[in-house]
Amino acid sequence: MATYYSKDHEWITVNGAEGVMGITAYAAQQLGDVVYVDLPAAGKSVKQHEVLCAIESVKAASDIYAPLSGSVTAVNDKLATAPELVNQSAEQEAWIATLTLSNPAEVSALMDRAAYDTYVAGLK
Amino acid sequence: MLQVCGVSSIEALFADIPASLRTASFNLPPGRTEQEITGTAAAWISHTAVHSRSFIGAGYYDHFIPAAVDALANRSEFVTAYTPYQPECAQGTLQALFEYQTAICRLTGMDAANASLYDGGSALAEAGMMALRITKRNKVVVTGDVNPLHRRILETYFRTLGSDVVTVPAKNHAPDLAALAAAIDDKTAAVLVQNPDFYGGIHDFAPLADLAHKTGALLVMSCYPIALGMLKTPAEHGADIAVGDGQSLGNPLSFGGPYLGYIATRRQYIRQLPGRIIGETVDTQGRRGFVLTLQAREQHIRREKATSNICSNQSLCALRAVIYLSLLGKQGFVELAERLYRTTAYARQQFQAAGFPLPQTGPVFNEFVVTLPRPAARVVSRLHLVSQLSVGLPLAALSAGTEHNLLVSFTEQHDRADIDTLIAALAEQAAKA
Repeated sequence: MATYYSKDHEWITVNGAEGVMGITAYAAQQLGDVVYVDLPAAGKSVKQHEVLCAIESVKAASDIYAPLSGSVTAVNDKLATAPELVNQSAEQEAWIATLTLSNPAEVSALMDRAAYDTYVAGLK
Repeated sequence: MLQVCGVSSIEALFADIPASLRTASFNLPPGRTEQEITGTAAAWISHTAVHSRSFIGAGYYDHFIPAAVDALANRSEFVTAYTPYQPECAQGTLQALFEYQTAICRLTGMDAANASLYDGGSALAEAGMMALRITKRNKVVVTGDVNPLHRRILETYFRTLGSDVVTVPAKNHAPDLAALAAAIDDKTAAVLVQNPDFYGGIHDFAPLADLAHKTGALLVMSCYPIALGMLKTPAEHGADIAVGDGQSLGNPLSFGGPYLGYIATRRQYIRQLPGRIIGETVDTQGRRGFVLTLQAREQHIRREKATSNICSNQSLCALRAVIYLSLLGKQGFVELAERLYRTTAYARQQFQAAGFPLPQTGPVFNEFVVTLPRPAARVVSRLHLVSQLSVGLPLAALSAGTEHNLLVSFTEQHDRADIDTLIAALAEQAAKA
């Protein structure tokens, strides 16, 4: 089991052909107070880097991209009533969706924690 | 002026517009004084036929408007204000629109309304698009007894989206419920109906709502708002989105506008509601205040992914609507609806007694179809000239019926004597047939 990060600031923890994903703490902090997570529908299938769903904060609306290709098996219903979880615990409690991965080898296009931290440091 | 702009001539100023696109002449008469113009206008008005009574409705109605509506809505604070770009500075405007939204929710039984749309037709189209977004499907089914002008607007919007509008023709001036049920499939985002329908007929759409919901589709219901003083609300029918033209709420006919469209929905669909929504809040000192809320749906933030291109509303018309509703009050509004129903029932009885065929079989609210022995358009123009009466809408004019059918409508502006005059005039024309 390992966690990977995208340049679009999503994280995904991969366990075999299963993945659980969300947005990074850095993304949540950049968005400001999150007021709504437009959760994807279960069963929706997406390709890597395609729009999975959207998130709204008090100052912006942004798309969330699928870090890996797959289909949605479950969504975090807690976010429907408590979108603030994204600000409080972006990389733990505020997971957005679980995916059945269609091509786990795509992780080669993602970053590990150290590479992502360097990437974010470069943005500041 | 040209000097300030740094160009040598008018020609140079418009050089960027190809000559072929420029008008050769504006065909304007020489300038005249204000006094001359006033005299000319007065002369024109005296030549214009002012009909003593109009029985044309078809979605837009001549209601009595209490003087207080003009007195309050014409205050310059309301009239001169353009859309507030820093909306929270205009607390009075926001509060008025908040009250308007509350009134629309009370009328329709829905949980949330927006601050208004352009008219009933654009409201119907926006409701259809909302249904596409909610269900992620690409087709709506509309019944042929929805206002034909509104359906045309819906079709224009959907054509540009590449989405389908399936029209199920009306049967005997009423929705064909069996054909509608058959037209709903797992690709249908919504069924669009109207109550009372374009011909004034009252229907029960609850079974259709159940059927639509079973296949995952929504029910959109358009209503003449005054009728909601008496009829079941869209929410009671099981509708998910309620729309309509709000003209009849304190706005004069004014030869076609401006009017307003209203739209309201259930709580779970609020984020797909188009346009501006006013919310109530408290400021840092705990005082009640109003804000534009859920703005991330709107195009100034969401860009091309916004719920709608609409970024404005009909504030002044919506203000008139809420003033009108508050002047009538809960009881007065119900009494008005009941009066229209009674007046129309009287008219129906008298038409029947005079021997006119009335093709509708079910109950009607404020208007109904009368079959004349001669083409309706000819009778209408004849009676304009000889009796100064606007006797109704020839249905063939909107491809909404055969040429002998006339749609007549009644409001509180008509008393029994007016109705007797109408029927006598039509009977006289019929006798000449």
